[in-house]
Amino acid sequence: METNNSGVEPEPTEDGAPEAAPALKNGRLVSREDRRTVGIPTVDNPRMRTEHVDVYYNYGEKHAIKDVTLDLARNEVLAMIGPSGCGKSTYLRCLNRMNDTIDGCQVSGKITLDGEDIYAPRVDVSPLRAQIGMVFQKPNPFPKSIWENVAYGPRIHGLATNRSEQDEVVETSLKRAGLWEEVKDHLQDPGTGLSGGQQQRLCIARTIAVSPEVILMDEPCSALDPISTAVIEDLINELKEHYSIAIVTHSMQQASRVSQRTAYFHLGDLIEVGPTEQVFTTPLHQLTEDYITGRFG
Amino acid sequence: MNKPGQAANGGQRPIDIVKGGMVRRHRAERRFKIYGLSAIVLSLAFLSFLLISIVSQGYSAFQQTYIKLEINFDQNVLSGNLATANYQALVKKALYKLFPDVKGRGDKRHLAKLVSPGASFDLRKMVLADRHIIGTTREVWLPANDDVDMAVKGHYRRDVAESERRLTDKQLAWIDVLEHRQRLEKRFNVTFFTAGDSREPEQAGILGAAMGSFYTLIVTLVLSFPIGVAAAIYLEEFAPTNKWTDLIEVNINNLAAVPSIVFGLLGLAVFLNFFGLPRSAPLVGGLVLTLMTLPTIIIASRAALKSVPPSIREAALGIGSSKMQMVLNHVLPLAMPGMLTGTIIGMAQALGETAPLLMIGMVAFIVDIPAGFTDPATVLPVQIYLWADSPERAFVERTSAAIMVLLAFLIAMNLVAILLRKRFERRW
Repeated sequence: METNNSGVEPEPTEDGAPEAAPALKNGRLVSREDRRTVGIPTVDNPRMRTEHVDVYYNYGEKHAIKDVTLDLARNEVLAMIGPSGCGKSTYLRCLNRMNDTIDGCQVSGKITLDGEDIYAPRVDVSPLRAQIGMVFQKPNPFPKSIWENVAYGPRIHGLATNRSEQDEVVETSLKRAGLWEEVKDHLQDPGTGLSGGQQQRLCIARTIAVSPEVILMDEPCSALDPISTAVIEDLINELKEHYSIAIVTHSMQQASRVSQRTAYFHLGDLIEVGPTEQVFTTPLHQLTEDYITGRFG
Repeated sequence: MNKPGQAANGGQRPIDIVKGGMVRRHRAERRFKIYGLSAIVLSLAFLSFLLISIVSQGYSAFQQTYIKLEINFDQNVLSGNLATANYQALVKKALYKLFPDVKGRGDKRHLAKLVSPGASFDLRKMVLADRHIIGTTREVWLPANDDVDMAVKGHYRRDVAESERRLTDKQLAWIDVLEHRQRLEKRFNVTFFTAGDSREPEQAGILGAAMGSFYTLIVTLVLSFPIGVAAAIYLEEFAPTNKWTDLIEVNINNLAAVPSIVFGLLGLAVFLNFFGLPRSAPLVGGLVLTLMTLPTIIIASRAALKSVPPSIREAALGIGSSKMQMVLNHVLPLAMPGMLTGTIIGMAQALGETAPLLMIGMVAFIVDIPAGFTDPATVLPVQIYLWADSPERAFVERTSAAIMVLLAFLIAMNLVAILLRKRFERRW
């Protein structure tokens, strides 16, 4: 992971937040009224780049995300934090176009994956979503067998066409998700019969089975107990060797444990981006400080 | 602010107020339970009343009185064309032999009327099956006339004046004699299950109507299930939400409430008069019932699709399924039990439907058992309607018996619905 700058003294960047300079003029935080992004939202050679993205719900009635510019680097974990309803999940769902499924949701701006605009008219969302996998807040395995849960994706994408290939992809995916030892003897049992933590790891296995390049995680541990959470956090740490991961979380401890960079959202604005340690120890924006010190949120 | 458990107002602790209200709450609960129970008891009482009255009236139709006669297959009568020979004469001769002291044409005619006119068909069938019986004398059980049947079953009042009865005093006496000689016997009424309709109750059967219902329902099922499910999937999963789809939705809901006879009129105008399809045919009946059943199936199928949790759809889309794959592989299997239940409810409705079929001529008197989709036919509920309209006393029990057959069909269909539900049901 590489950022342009440590972020303690943010420089204006070309399209990030050109006028975000007022930070720390004399050791003071940016005031609450200033909603421009502070910190460095861009990185060199990003996996995904978001430029000036606005999202509206209900056919323009609700402005859910306002002019967000944010990059996702290669092999990093980017954490997104913020109070409920701040737009972090909405942002995440823009990245694999899951917002397409919501009636009246309009996305403007530019989002690229390896330089390719994913909202270009000719882009097919099916291969895109195979490339950018997603793990949801509530574990949602298919009401089918464990084997079928993992094998389904590779099969529909033609990655594993016969039974032995599928067996292989099931095994490697479950191993990588750390679930293999627990389920290898009953792969034909229903996936919905597993415990919550196991189900979530099954969902992660299902996601990585189609060999994505980016994994989006929408509060993957919010429905889990601390032990399952720890297992999944370890898993995220391992997965970042192969994938770029963007994770939305309500737990600041989790963000600090798993991520290299953190972005703080507030009411649709991207307020601050920086290396995780800096954001949690020396935030630049008053709102960020309010949040991480527990004044609200 | 009060501390927990401390006196609040008037020295009463909050928990005392709560407890004081419990009596009232429990009473309300008990009252509610009694309302529910009495509603169930009332409906069960009506249901059992209905069933008992139908069964008690109808069970005797499953038996039919037969008369034992020594038929002499006379070579003189059975010369020439065997298909058109005078078999009635054989029956008459056997009867006269049994009552040699009956003279006079009027009495003889009355005597001959004890046996069903259908008896000659039975004899013809025997002869055509085996020509060697010509010239021999055989003991044959022949169906009695419906009035004799009623008298034997005790449905006949003998205490009214002779002029107001269908059987004369003499006929009643002959019946008593036959009964005394053990020549009358109630046997299982095979005819009822193997014959089509007839003006003679003892020759009337339910098979024609049952086959008509069968063919009609096949047409209905084959058309309405795929069309209904496809429409529901399109409307629920693919169609954009705009004023057109709103309009379609409102219209579908309205169609479900349209009186069924209107569909019959539509069938008459469109299928018979415009397209020139055959009258009284199960094909047209099925088409009309399809129109009637479609809204039910579409509404039930949409409800079933709606009840599939959105998390399953997201999961499928999230790993890159196309919309079609999402629907076919994940949503449809979960919605199937609901769709099947809706379909079978719709089919049960169609099975019991009479009014629209009257409009397309399925109320005709049809003796032959239909052998295809375009043969003239009637259906079970119309058959019940026709028999209920007939004046003969013996049709009363046959009406009830036909209702029992219809109910048996409905129960069987519901059973299938439950089994399919169990088979397809999955948890998530």
